Amino acid sequence: MTDASSNTPRLTTSIIEPDPRTRRRNASERRFRAYGLAAIGTGIAALIFLVISIVSNGYTAFLQTYITIPVELSEQRLDPQGNRDPEEMARVTTFGYAPVLAMALQSHLIEQGIPMDGVNPRDLMAMISQEAPAQVRNLVLANPEIVGQTLDMEMLASGRIDGYFKGRVTLESAERDSNVSPAQLALAAAMAEAGLMDTRFNWAFITGPDASGQRPEAAGLGVAILGSLYMMIVVLALALPIGVAASIYLEEFAPKNRFTDIIEVNISNLAAVPSIVFGILGLAIFINFAGLPQSAPIVGGLVLTLMTLPTIIIATRASLRAVPPSIRDAALGLGASKMQSVFHHVLPLAMPGILTGTIIGLAQALGETAPLLLIGMVAFVREFPDAPPEGLFDPTSALPVQVFSWTQRADPAFVERASGATIVLLVFLVSMNLLAVMLRRRFERRW
Amino acid sequence: MNDMTTIERAVTTSEKKIDAKGVNVHYADTHAIKNVDVEIDDKTVTAFIGPSGCGKSTFLRCLNRMNDTIDICRVTGDILLDDEDIYHPKVDPVQLRAKVGMVFQKPNPFPKSIYDNVAYGPRIHGLAQNKADLDDIVEKSLRRAALWNEVKDRLDKPGTGLSGGQQQRLCIARAVATSPEVLLMDEPCSALDPIATAQVENLIDDLRSRFSVVIVTHSMAQASRISQKTAFFHLGELIEFGDTTQIFTNPVDPRTESYITGRIG
Ligand SMILES: Nc1ncnc2c1ncn2[C@@H]1O[C@H](COP(=O)(O)OP(=O)(O)O)[C@@H](O)[C@H]1O
Ligand SMILES: [Mg+2]
Repeated sequence: MTDASSNTPRLTTSIIEPDPRTRRRNASERRFRAYGLAAIGTGIAALIFLVISIVSNGYTAFLQTYITIPVELSEQRLDPQGNRDPEEMARVTTFGYAPVLAMALQSHLIEQGIPMDGVNPRDLMAMISQEAPAQVRNLVLANPEIVGQTLDMEMLASGRIDGYFKGRVTLESAERDSNVSPAQLALAAAMAEAGLMDTRFNWAFITGPDASGQRPEAAGLGVAILGSLYMMIVVLALALPIGVAASIYLEEFAPKNRFTDIIEVNISNLAAVPSIVFGILGLAIFINFAGLPQSAPIVGGLVLTLMTLPTIIIATRASLRAVPPSIRDAALGLGASKMQSVFHHVLPLAMPGILTGTIIGLAQALGETAPLLLIGMVAFVREFPDAPPEGLFDPTSALPVQVFSWTQRADPAFVERASGATIVLLVFLVSMNLLAVMLRRRFERRW
Repeated sequence: MNDMTTIERAVTTSEKKIDAKGVNVHYADTHAIKNVDVEIDDKTVTAFIGPSGCGKSTFLRCLNRMNDTIDICRVTGDILLDDEDIYHPKVDPVQLRAKVGMVFQKPNPFPKSIYDNVAYGPRIHGLAQNKADLDDIVEKSLRRAALWNEVKDRLDKPGTGLSGGQQQRLCIARAVATSPEVLLMDEPCSALDPIATAQVENLIDDLRSRFSVVIVTHSMAQASRISQKTAFFHLGELIEFGDTTQIFTNPVDPRTESYITGRIG
């Protein structure tokens, strides 16, 4: 031993003064840290930019301008027979209601002494959403006794007027816009001054159904949120038990041979299959072959289950493998059966990992769009689905698909809606991740 | 080496508990145990010694069929426990392991409370009629493992929070709680400090009154201190098997002598 050390030259430098070698080593370590910080910084900056851009574009979707005026629900127009029978009254279409609102607005403005310079009655009517007559009609048909009374009605302002209060539409842009004139905007400002118009939180955006391309102000996410929720229920109910059972079998019980190797490789491959392929599969198997309805959350849920399974299986197997083998030995050595050793000891220890994997899989599924387009979930749906289980077969939309279809629409107000929908989607994703963290904590606290 | 004093100990009974004949173990192509015959007596501590990799653990794990959990492991030959073949196709290894308990080299308490660690075996085997019974078994087992006084106030605390020596005694208590007939220990002291080792050794000597104990050890001093019978393995073969006193004072085979005097190891 002494021979070897006597051959090497002794370091004679002081340890207070770092030698060039040490300096180089320290410099490279500092460089490496700087790269790391730069990478993280870039990532965080991109994230902040993304969040700011989405929130600044989308927060206005949660606000909505309403016009509140007294409306005389004239019997002569709305219930010509005068018997308050909703079936008879249903013969008056929304076209019958529009003039009632127009007249009410006009006469109220005159009463309040608000000048309507340069705004003809058609332009005036255009300031109210096309959705408003339908809403009033629904109200009247539901409560026939209010016909003949004069009530304060709250009506959606049209998309352009709404945009004016949110800063999207300005007097300059109105000059070039055939859908709105500066005179209408001036009137809107005057009405707001007089307290006839105000902008406040828009629950209908979250709870209401989608609306057609001419009525961005009425479009809501209700059906899409329910559709996504139903699909997540299907995915959770199918993918978690199947995935966990498959992983336990593969990891703890299956013999290690050629066949299980092939299965293992193919599960990893499945995780990498583009999601649109699952959509094609779903279309071919669930819709064309099994005859399930199009646009239904059950089909979407099944397709997303197929997509999520590999993620859950991979995460579950990794966390099962991370449980030290000594725990299994201990249980088996005490005369526990394989099954007892897995369910009493291994599975509880693997639980945090399994839950995290599952929630990450669910979050992926929640944001998935492409396969849903193929199975028809992009259809325009205004009807709310029933409660599950029947509701699983009703047509619905889904959150990411709703974002997609809103960005396809012409009216710029839908950009705001799409960003708002993205915010809702992100809120769901973040809450799911928080849930994952919380569940992890809870289960890990059992040491 | 001055602690290698062999203690004369009367062998209380010499009823045969386990009789292994012509045991061969293969791991795929490795022939790990070659034609080994061993008799293990009841109420006796039998030590397996030998250099690393000679197959002590492998043979020990044959005795409660823990080798079944290794896919590539193949065991042939006869191992009789009370004259019943433990490798008989009708034998349920789960039942066998309730009779032949095991303590591992590395302490491996479950990440549960001390109480639940000890109570686990009795619970899955239905040994307790009610909670009071179970409490009783837990207390007795912990006392038998000389751990009761240290943990009686914190039975609901995690077993993983104990020191290494305490954890190993907890594992012994856990194994004892199922009332096995044979207790297998694979180098139970190799991860322990000298004081904890001494405690476990005392414990093993006590356990002898009720169980037959088979212990694998690296330390010849330990083998000579606590065992009545010793088996010396070398390269998968059983070289010599006999009374501990005889093996350590008057070995027959020159390889045994070289090993206990420190020339092979
Ligand atoms: N799980 C296993 N797979 C393959 N070979 C093994 C396995 N366990 C032990 N062996 C081999 O069997 C032989 C005996 O090992 P072991 O019984 O652990 O020895 P010891 O406990 O005496 O140190 C060694 O050659 C070892 O490589
Ligand atoms: Mg060993």
